[in-house]
Amino acid sequence: MSQYALNLIFIGGSFILYIVIAWVSRAGSTSEFYAANRGVHPVVNGMATAADWMSAASFISMAGLIAFTGYGNSSFLMGWTGGYVLLAMLLAPYLRKFGKFTVPEFIGDRFYSKTARLVAVFCLIVISLTYVIGQMTGVGVAFSRFLEVDNATGLFIGAAIVFFYAVFGGMKGITYTQVAQYVVLIFAYTVPAIFISLQLTGNPLPPLGLFGEVSDGTSLLVKLDQVVTDLGFEEYTALNSSMFNMVLFTLALMIGTAGLPHVIIRFFTVPRVRDARYSAGWALVFIALLYLVAPAVGAMARLNLIDTVYPNGTQAEALEYEARPQWMKNWEITGLLTFEDKNGDGRINYYNDANEEAAGALAGSPQGNELDVNRDILVLANPEIAQLPGWVIALVAAGGIAAALSTAAGLLLAIASAVSHDLVKGAINPTISERAELMWARVAMAVTIGVATYLGLNPPGFAAQTVALAFGLAAASIFPALMMGIFSKTVNRSGAIAGMLAGLLSTVIYIFVYKGWFFIPETNQLADVPENWLFGIAPTSVGAVGALINFVVAIVVSKMTGDVPAHIKELVESVRTPRGAGVATDH
Amino acid sequence: MSEQSSKADAYWAENKRLMVILLVIWALVSFGFGIILRPLLSSIEIGGTDLGFWFAQQGSILTFIALIFIYAWRMNALDRKYDFDEE
Repeated sequence: MSQYALNLIFIGGSFILYIVIAWVSRAGSTSEFYAANRGVHPVVNGMATAADWMSAASFISMAGLIAFTGYGNSSFLMGWTGGYVLLAMLLAPYLRKFGKFTVPEFIGDRFYSKTARLVAVFCLIVISLTYVIGQMTGVGVAFSRFLEVDNATGLFIGAAIVFFYAVFGGMKGITYTQVAQYVVLIFAYTVPAIFISLQLTGNPLPPLGLFGEVSDGTSLLVKLDQVVTDLGFEEYTALNSSMFNMVLFTLALMIGTAGLPHVIIRFFTVPRVRDARYSAGWALVFIALLYLVAPAVGAMARLNLIDTVYPNGTQAEALEYEARPQWMKNWEITGLLTFEDKNGDGRINYYNDANEEAAGALAGSPQGNELDVNRDILVLANPEIAQLPGWVIALVAAGGIAAALSTAAGLLLAIASAVSHDLVKGAINPTISERAELMWARVAMAVTIGVATYLGLNPPGFAAQTVALAFGLAAASIFPALMMGIFSKTVNRSGAIAGMLAGLLSTVIYIFVYKGWFFIPETNQLADVPENWLFGIAPTSVGAVGALINFVVAIVVSKMTGDVPAHIKELVESVRTPRGAGVATDH
Repeated sequence: MSEQSSKADAYWAENKRLMVILLVIWALVSFGFGIILRPLLSSIEIGGTDLGFWFAQQGSILTFIALIFIYAWRMNALDRKYDFDEE
């Protein structure tokens, strides 16, 4: 059976599974559409949260970014897991006690202001939309490869599927479907990693294999450091960027994680406050299964890639182009892997051509690097590079698509509920019928997917980098408002509104100056290179600064304006203790 | 101040103390051992690299899981101690 047919069977089979589950547990009322009637066990909720969370960025993109940078990109690992500690301690239990459906609803009630609620809706839409663009980038990569079409066609097919999928069911359908998606994606991620770890290090556990030894008795990481520096790249285990930026970037990802509306919304669906606490723990357990394997996948894929191009070692001649393996040919179709024979020797000279000293020491006489590998293809190409059986490759295809689909659906739902519930029902027309509210939700989904597809054609970065920008925005806007709403009785309406706007706008403008206005290519004022960054702060790290601006502005403005009304102080008192957390009420 | 609200204040103070302790550990394993203090740990070797690298790629994640479960377990005990639990 051909690989193409196997891919179709695995992807198609997993789809049928999700659709059947979504159909069986489809949403009937608005309450079910948003929050699954709060009948979800913490372990189940944790697993669904993990699927919701681990998107194309985690599955497809992250290990590739670690592979090509090494230690410096550990920020993704620490940032995207460390945020759950903040979420579990600072937000989840209190928001569950508060007992409403959406994040803007909490902000509107706590800061006793319709304007605050609308500002929160605006922040939520900007964050989620940026996040969806990153997902669409990943969807495009996955579909183009497995359907063997170019990147743009893959993106259009993926967008159509995401749209029908998300419009179909609400939260309840999504919760159980996401459990299935988690199972598919975790198998798809770990099975090839186990094979590769066994091949390279003889250890079946990839996280241990990473610190193990390769066949010639040297440590895997020592070997990797050696071959990458031979080719003129930076040492894998060393920090090759600024420590300051690494700290800021990690912090931005952590705070952003705790401020992401589509993740927070999951903690509204557990029955009790104490379940909300455990739910965050279980979510992190399921997430960690992938995150502990990812750095091993990255390091091993980098080593395998170099071994493929230099089959006789980095001191010998590179691989002949005509003798290249099938996986390179497959990825050439997508345009995400390119070869250009600059010195006309018919060999794939792959090295860092910015490092002239290393280039001079290479065999042959390369005239510049000839192989360009998109970082987002590494995880998907990984089983092919390691020459694993066809069914493993097909499994990874299904897993990558499950990751992108589950998160895109969760994001679309967050946007839909913000528009229909908070904007239309909460501000424009409070007497709207349930049917009309659901209609608005679906319209919002359709518009979002259209915009995200358009911007996904020319994404502002690799999938995980675009997603990292969304985290920066969440860190700068939503998280500080929620935290102050719970931990302060003095931050008032004006303070919260000013803080959110100052945090969001300072962050968004800083990003747009370097990444292009509204992410439209070629509209940036300054090139996105470290020399241009203000105080050396990368656009992906700026969210941590935005969060600080948010806190400071909110506290200062609150001091200058009036006190918080007594009934709001009572509300804050009541969310701090678990007793009396009933089911959520809809106004 | 009523008895109920002084009880709530004591509960909140204990909650905050627990949070501060756990968040110090949270910052120490990630920003500390994983990034800023890594040069200090460079003499401790582990599998071809140093302990800081391990904390950045695995150790911090394992610690985070432990922190959340410790928090949930301590807080649920605290709920009962102050009679704020949900049953």
